[in-house]
Amino acid sequence: MLAFIIRRVVQSAIVMLVVALVAFALFRYVGDPINSMVGQETSLADREALRTRLGLNDPFVIQFGRFVGNALQGNFGISYRLQQPVMELILQRLPATLELALVSGLAAFILGVSAGVYTALNRRGVIPSAIMAASLIGVSLPTFLIGILLIWLFAVELQWLPSFGRGDTVTLPGGWVTGFLTSSGRQSLILPAITLGLFQMTLIMRLVRAEMLEVLRTDYIKFARARGLPNRTVHFGHALKNTLVPVITITGLQLGAIIAFAIITETVFQWPGVGALFINSVRAVDVPVMAAYLVLIALIFVIINLIVDLLYYAVDPRLRVERSAARH
Amino acid sequence: MSDTRTPGRLFRMWDNDIAYSFRKSPLAIVSGVVALVIVLAAVFAPLIAPTNPYDPSGLNLMDGFTPPMAPNAFTGNSFVLGADNQGRDVLSTILYGARISLFVGFSAVLFAMVLGIVAGLVAGYRGGWVDAVLMRIADVQLSFPSILIALLIFGVARGFIPPSQRETMAIWVLIVAIGLSDWVQFARVVRGATMVEKSKEYVQAARVIGVSPARILLRHVLPNVMGPVLVIGTIGLALAIIAEATLSFLGVGVPPTQPSLGTLIRIGQQYLFSGEWWILLFPALTLLALALAVNLLGDWLRDALNPRLR
Repeated sequence: MLAFIIRRVVQSAIVMLVVALVAFALFRYVGDPINSMVGQETSLADREALRTRLGLNDPFVIQFGRFVGNALQGNFGISYRLQQPVMELILQRLPATLELALVSGLAAFILGVSAGVYTALNRRGVIPSAIMAASLIGVSLPTFLIGILLIWLFAVELQWLPSFGRGDTVTLPGGWVTGFLTSSGRQSLILPAITLGLFQMTLIMRLVRAEMLEVLRTDYIKFARARGLPNRTVHFGHALKNTLVPVITITGLQLGAIIAFAIITETVFQWPGVGALFINSVRAVDVPVMAAYLVLIALIFVIINLIVDLLYYAVDPRLRVERSAARH
Repeated sequence: MSDTRTPGRLFRMWDNDIAYSFRKSPLAIVSGVVALVIVLAAVFAPLIAPTNPYDPSGLNLMDGFTPPMAPNAFTGNSFVLGADNQGRDVLSTILYGARISLFVGFSAVLFAMVLGIVAGLVAGYRGGWVDAVLMRIADVQLSFPSILIALLIFGVARGFIPPSQRETMAIWVLIVAIGLSDWVQFARVVRGATMVEKSKEYVQAARVIGVSPARILLRHVLPNVMGPVLVIGTIGLALAIIAEATLSFLGVGVPPTQPSLGTLIRIGQQYLFSGEWWILLFPALTLLALALAVNLLGDWLRDALNPRLR
């Protein structure tokens, strides 16, 4: 167990180092940092002096080491486009993205599991078939079209919900700007959260359904029924419990995808989050922000992957045997 | 491989397992027809489109926002699917847009396919450190969503290209970005199949008589792993078309002067609130029909090539 944890942590550290290298290469070699700092009338000698003062003439390894050291302290330089420290920009927008991702992830999990259980237990009938057909559309519709469709239906035609922005926000102590505490903030959250979570919801639903159908066929379910246990106990105590291990894994891994796909949702709904910041930086070739976003997203992914792997290992005893048998 | 011995190539195309399963699947026929119609319409767009949307001299700004099937109040011009904000015929922009979407999609998948096949063949055949390095890269890349990787590659490429050439290079950058974000699937499947094939007797026989590794891989192993590659390629085409549309929608794809379906949707979205629904709806439906049809074709191909399901 300990050897496994250490190996996974080392692997994660290597991945982060590679990502940092890519981010540094971006930072250093895409465009000339000096050109984006000084005006046209700066003389060549002045440019060279600035270059030396900023350490851009140092050997590659030293520059990379300095980049990693700064990154560890959360210092990613200054945005070319907005002339503000990159970390400040990201921290300002992070709460918006995290709240959105949290709500859509939770909604996807809860609705996906309930719909999956429901369609697995009621395989025939109009409503389960309708849910399955709708899930097919949910999988094949591109995210941005879902967002536009929802805006058109609920914001333009019905005028129930706002179509863009976060509504009124409240700043909590510690600088966290939340939209949860005002009614317009909560209303603004609904459409983006559905857009972002719909794909994950259909994914979880189909997974739960398939796993449930699989488990319901096994012997121990038959024995549980033969013992005369009520349906409710068999379905939720025996069947659902055994489907949840892969479901939790997939949900965990999809959390990273949700944060990445927030780029699209945030653009459609003009949500002031990190994704919107990133896409504007790509348009303007604002390299420091791109590099910092890359490192941040990689960190989130690596941490989620690590936690999921460890959870998987801890939750399912069968895997421990298989893995140790396969690897040693 | 010799065509001379078998009479009637057309007959062979009609009379085999895959064609049979195609004829027996109504869903496959419908999606095949839909995909074929859109592809043909896109290829022959210059011949069938009512107007050329790239020709500024043919445009009349007064035609802007003309609803479908109704004459414009000022100019009296009428458009089947309406006109967009600049007075471009929506039908023509869709035909030309589908052309760009399909071109980018096909090229990106082809690029990813070649890259993935080469990496997969080499990794599977050589094994050792080459395999380890390639597959670790694939693992890392696979843990990030491909749209994020495409965005990043796009951003980096823009940094290297001087601003004056960004618009003309955009399509090529897009193809490389989507292709590079998609090669992993191909590489993994080809690698797995290659590892199975390489221990078979025909490969060993070829090796014994001194056939070079490159020739073994390309002439003997590759034809035997093409089945799954085609399935991934078809589904990958649908994904690439959607990826292109997404990037163009985000405003980092093809420039508005040569709009793809995603760019058209982006333009149309701006006028949704003021009630000009046709600028958005028709490109969106085309994209949806195209992606869905290609996706269903891929699903069908997967089932048709799977011997266990026959």
